[in-house]
Amino acid sequence: MGLFSRLKESIKGGSQQAAAASETTQEPELEKTGFFGRLKESLTKTRQSFVEKIDNLVHRHKAIDEDLYEELEEILVQADVGVNTAMELVEKTRRSVKERRVDDAGELKAILKEHIREMLGTDTASLNITDETPTVIMVVGVNGVGKTTTIGKLAHYYKSRGAKVLLGAADTFRAAAIDQLEIWAERVGVEIIKHREGADPAAVAFDSLQAAKARRADLLIVDTAGRLHTKANLMEELKKISRVLGREMAGAPHEVLLILDATTGQNAVNQARLFGEAVGITGIALTKLDGSSKGGVIIAVKQALDIPVKLIGIGESLEDLRPFSPGDFADALFDE
Amino acid sequence: MFASLAERLQETFKKLRGKGRLTESDVNEALREVRLALLEADVNFKVVKDFIARIKERAVGQELLASLNPAQHVIKIVHEELTTLMGGSNSRINLAPKPPTVVMMVGLNGAGKTTTSAKLANLMRKQGRRPLMVAADVYRPAAIKQLEVLGGQLNLPVFSMGDQLEPVAIGLAAVESAAGAGRDMVIIDTAGRQEVNEELMAELENMKETIKPHEILLVVDAMTGQAAVSVAETFNSRLGLDGVVLTKLDGDTRGGAALSVRSVTGKPIKFVGVGEKLDALEPFHPERMAERILGMGDMLTLIEKAQENFNADQMAKMQKKLRSMEFTLEDFLDQLNQVKKLGPIEQVLSMIPGLGGNKKLKDLKVDEKELVFAEAIIKSMTPAERSDPERVLNGSRKRRIAKGSGTTVQEINRLLKQFEQTKKMMKQFIDMEKSLKKGGKMLKNPFFS
Repeated sequence: MGLFSRLKESIKGGSQQAAAASETTQEPELEKTGFFGRLKESLTKTRQSFVEKIDNLVHRHKAIDEDLYEELEEILVQADVGVNTAMELVEKTRRSVKERRVDDAGELKAILKEHIREMLGTDTASLNITDETPTVIMVVGVNGVGKTTTIGKLAHYYKSRGAKVLLGAADTFRAAAIDQLEIWAERVGVEIIKHREGADPAAVAFDSLQAAKARRADLLIVDTAGRLHTKANLMEELKKISRVLGREMAGAPHEVLLILDATTGQNAVNQARLFGEAVGITGIALTKLDGSSKGGVIIAVKQALDIPVKLIGIGESLEDLRPFSPGDFADALFDE
Repeated sequence: MFASLAERLQETFKKLRGKGRLTESDVNEALREVRLALLEADVNFKVVKDFIARIKERAVGQELLASLNPAQHVIKIVHEELTTLMGGSNSRINLAPKPPTVVMMVGLNGAGKTTTSAKLANLMRKQGRRPLMVAADVYRPAAIKQLEVLGGQLNLPVFSMGDQLEPVAIGLAAVESAAGAGRDMVIIDTAGRQEVNEELMAELENMKETIKPHEILLVVDAMTGQAAVSVAETFNSRLGLDGVVLTKLDGDTRGGAALSVRSVTGKPIKFVGVGEKLDALEPFHPERMAERILGMGDMLTLIEKAQENFNADQMAKMQKKLRSMEFTLEDFLDQLNQVKKLGPIEQVLSMIPGLGGNKKLKDLKVDEKELVFAEAIIKSMTPAERSDPERVLNGSRKRRIAKGSGTTVQEINRLLKQFEQTKKMMKQFIDMEKSLKKGGKMLKNPFFS
C-alpha cells in the first residue's frame, strides 16, 4: 500500500501546489468571467456556416498569402476534418495555387473543394447486394450513434423497392433495444426475429439467418448492441456474431455497416479503425447530419482508412436515409 | 496514434537545446504543439485560440524564458491553466428548499440521457435521496420502456404516461405525484434533439417555464467534435444549464469536448459516465480531464483503482518477497489475479501516461482466458518447480506440465518469459520506491521526469 499512496501523494501534491499557487496569484473568478465573456463574444461572432467563413475569408484577403492559408486551415478544423487532414488539404491547395499560378483569392474555394472531392473519391459506393439471397447486413457502432434508427430507415428503403426484408434483433444488451427495433419493424411492415433480453446475440444472428433462408427473404439486417471500440470482450462478441453468420452462409455478412455520428470528433477515426480490425467494415453510414455538424470527420476517416461512406442520415423520418455521394457532400460543405 | 504532448514538447525543445536562451519565436513553436494537441483532442478551435493566447501571456512574460527545462515548464503552465479552466469538482445537485427536487436531463440524440438518468437516480439513492424517474421521451421508439427496464433493474420507480401526452404534462403530473409517493427527487428524461431544431428546443423552454426544474443537466457525449460548442451554447442560452454530464468516457476519446463545453457555458461538469453498468457514474475530476486531453494518461485513477483492489497485507508481503528475490510463480499467479481486478487490462494500460495511444500495446493484450491457462499451468507444477522454475524445469517436466494443464510447451515457455519480465518490472518499482523514500526523484512520468 505504501507504494501506491506515496505515488498518489506525489502526483497529487505536485498539482495541488500548482493549483494553490495559481489561486493566490490571481482572482480566479474575475479571470474566468473575462475569459468566458471574451470567448462567448468571439463565438457568436463566428457562428456562421463553413461557406460564409470561406467567402468572408476570400473577401477580406484579395491576395493569397500566409494568413489566408492559416485561416483556411482553421475553417477546416472547425468542420471536424481533423488537424492533420486540414493541414494536408491546405498544403494541396497551396501547391495547386502555385502550379496554376492563381493569384485571385476568389478561386481558392473551387480549388479546395476539388481537393476535398479528390480525397473522398469520386465513386458513389452502394451496399453490397448479392445475387444469392439473403444479403446479410450487419450493423455495428458505438453507443448512441443511431444504429436502430438507421436499420428502420434502411428496411423501409428496401421494402419500398419491393425487397422482402427481415430484421434480426441481436442487441440483447441494452434495455428495450429489442422493443425499439420491433416498433421500427411494425412501422415499416417487415418481420423481426428476436430472443429475450440478455440472450446470446450470436444465437439471435444464427436464428435470424435460418429464418431469412426459410422465408426466402432478400435482405437480412442484423442489429447489434452499441459498444465502445476499446472494449476487447465486446469486440470479441461482435466477431463471434460475424463468424456465426459466415458459417451459416458463405460470404455473410456481405455488408458490415459502421454507423458514425456526424457530431463525433476525431474519435471517429479510432472507431472505424478498431471496428474494422475486429469485423472488417465494408461501409459507413453517417447519421445526424441534420444537426449543426457537417460530418467533416468523414474526410479524416477516409484519409486514414479508405472505407467508403455509403449512406447518410439527414432527419428523423423514414425517408431520411440517402445514398452518399462524395460530390454532393463536398458541395454541401460549401453550400448554405 | 497521438504522441503525447509531453513527448512532442521535449522534441521541440531538443532542437533548441544549446541556444542558451529562448526567444519568443521558440515559445511560439512550443505553443504550436500545444495547439495541435488540443485540436487533435477535439477542443473547439475558438476555445483553443483563446486558451493559447492566455498561456502565451504567462509563458512569454517571465517564467519560461528563464526556465531550465522549458518543455516541462510549458506543460506545467498548460496543465495548470487547463485544470483551472475546467473548474473545481462540483458534483452537487441543487436541492429544492421544499422537496421534491426536480432534475431535467437534456441533450442531443444518443448522448446517453436515459442511461444517465438511471445512473444518476442510482447515485442519488446512495446519497440518501428517494428518486423518481420520469419517462418524458415520447418520441424515440421504446424510450419509455427502456427507462422502465432500467428502473426495474435498480428497483426504483418510473413514472410514465405513455407516448401520447405532451412531455410537459407528463412532467407536471410526475412532480405532483412525487410528493404523495414520498419521493424527494424527480429526474425527468427528455427526448434527444438537435439544437438546431427550433420546435423541439421551444418544447424544452416550455417545460422549463412550466415545471420549473431546480437543476437542468446537459448530457454530452465525450466523443463530440467541434460542434460541442454550438450544442452547449444553444442549450445553455435557451435553458440556463446548471451543469453538464459527460458520457462514454470509458472509451479512448481524448474528450476535448469537455473543455469546449465548460468554456462556452461556464457551467460545471458535474459527473462523468465511465461504463455500461448502472453504477458507472462518477464525480468529475478536472485535473484528470486536463491530463487526458493532453494525452498524458490518468495516473490518479489508476492508482486509486489499484488501492481499492490490492490488499495491503498482500502488497507488503509481495514487496518483501521481491526484495529478497523470493518472488515465485505462485506469487505471480496471485498478482495476475489482482491485476485482473483492476478491470480490463487495456483500460488499465490506457491510463498510464505515454502508453495511451500506443499501438504496440495491442500485442500486449492480456486475454482473460490466458489467465485461466496460466493458473492451470502453475497448478500443474510441483512446489519445487513453482519456486524456482528456471533451474528445475527441463523439457520432460515441461511436457508433463503441458499434459497436466491441457496446454503446450510453447505456452509454458511464454508464461515463464512473462514471469521473468514481471519480476524485472517489479524490481524496478521497488527501486523507484526506494528513491522516493530518499526524497529523490518522483515517479518517472512525462510530468515530472
